[in-house]
Amino acid sequence: MASTPHPWLNPALTVGGLLPLALLAVQGPLGQLGPNAIEAALNQTGLLALVMLLASLACTPVRLVTRWTWPARVRRTLGLLAFTYACAHLFTYAVLDQGLAWRALFDDVVKRPFITVGFTAWVLLVPLAVTSTNRWVRRLGFPRWQRLHRLAYVAAVLGVVHFVWRVKQDVTEPLIYGAVLALLFAVRVGEAMRKRRARAAAAARNPA
Amino acid sequence: MGRYKRAMSDKPPVEPPGSEITSERLYLRRRDFLRNAGLFTGTAAAVAGGLYLLTRKQRRLMDAYVPDAGDVTGPVVKAKGAFDTDEPRTPYEDVTTYNNFYELGLDKNDPARLAHHLKPRPWTVTVDGEVHEPKTVDIDQLLSWFTMEERVYRMRCVEAWSMVIPWLGFPLAALLARVKPTSQARYVTFTTLMDPEQLPGQKRRVLDWPYLEGLRLDEAMHPLTFMAMGLYGKQLPGQNGAPLRLVVPWKYGFKGGKSIVRISLTRTMPLTTWNMAAPHEYGFYANVNPAVSHPRWSQATERRIGDFGRRPTLPFNGYGEQVAHLYAGMDLRENF
Repeated sequence: MASTPHPWLNPALTVGGLLPLALLAVQGPLGQLGPNAIEAALNQTGLLALVMLLASLACTPVRLVTRWTWPARVRRTLGLLAFTYACAHLFTYAVLDQGLAWRALFDDVVKRPFITVGFTAWVLLVPLAVTSTNRWVRRLGFPRWQRLHRLAYVAAVLGVVHFVWRVKQDVTEPLIYGAVLALLFAVRVGEAMRKRRARAAAAARNPA
Repeated sequence: MGRYKRAMSDKPPVEPPGSEITSERLYLRRRDFLRNAGLFTGTAAAVAGGLYLLTRKQRRLMDAYVPDAGDVTGPVVKAKGAFDTDEPRTPYEDVTTYNNFYELGLDKNDPARLAHHLKPRPWTVTVDGEVHEPKTVDIDQLLSWFTMEERVYRMRCVEAWSMVIPWLGFPLAALLARVKPTSQARYVTFTTLMDPEQLPGQKRRVLDWPYLEGLRLDEAMHPLTFMAMGLYGKQLPGQNGAPLRLVVPWKYGFKGGKSIVRISLTRTMPLTTWNMAAPHEYGFYANVNPAVSHPRWSQATERRIGDFGRRPTLPFNGYGEQVAHLYAGMDLRENF
């Protein structure tokens, strides 16, 4: 049996993907993140979580469009990187920024849609990270596992909304991420429609 | 070929024992290993580099942009005043590289990088409207009217961070006294320079330029209300609103209009830029108030730049004793 093609791909993504986090962890305590290090860390981890989530959602559309197979093999790595950055983002906010002031955190999550939306996105990623193993795919059965993991799109939409509400006035950058997400979703919808038409055509050819 | 044949014709070479022959699979894996190691390193570097580019704007080292401004000319009083705080001052590097001045870019470090576009001389300031003696004066003439005072004020940004800044300037009341407000004057409007060449952020309509801010006349006349022309004993750097800016220490920082060219007294409440842009988030008064949250975050606490933890925010930014009476009988939740 041939060994997995591109055995370097997932380890390289993991290492390269985690380097920005390692850099933050080193630069923060050294005071190299500017006058407001916690704000810088919040912005960085939040943006990286969204980038990784969009990258993981891009795997299937890229595979469909290019017919390459390797994107399917990096999807889990990218998804777990997204979850890692989402956790780092939440940790920076709840522990470093708010000092685990539970009352203030509770108020934020309950009363402020900006925080509610971001927190919900993180909550949605938890079951996806937990069920990311092969064993869980088998346990749930692939169709059910696949349905569950469509939550990644919901989390990404919430992430973009969180980003739009984060900026004070100029929403150009968050809208770029929103447009990328919409494009990825359009490819998936197009593929689903193509499949449905193909099934209908097949059914018409072979009436039961 | 020939050499091979000869070797075949001579006595056969000694074969190493089978156990010592590297299997073909392993031999090929050696090459694979090297190739994979190269691809691994290249991919990891490309991924990290791409992510670095996507998020780099937060990371620029700002040391290069700390301004080296000249000293303020003319007489300066540095005696500790009644309003000065004893709290540790925010370092000059932080005061001059962490700024909100959207006319010079949207990120905190943009103003320091783009401040060289702003030319604070020559500069004229107009004071007009409901006044008996309107004036249009050169900034240096205006400077000569006053003895510069140092005021060490807390500055609380609406974004829940704060600084302690030693400003250099004069009370706004002293300037208003020179133009003699009419009995009809109720409000004061401050207009920032409108010039996309000097303030390149104005090339994008992020806000409705020029930037307008306003105060009620009694707020403007309050002895705490200050026109700054310097900080830390030096001339005001562009990123801090050179050559003339408003400082109202009990209000959120955005009330302090920067690079002011016009001060107008009016009968009616003026339109102010942030209030027009997002009326439910930024009120006309914008008094620092821990009890009234911003829709997206709490105002109960703040991070003093340089501190790790947060501290409670004080009503009127700790100047309640001096200014609370200005708002007696007003609902501060309604008039936020």
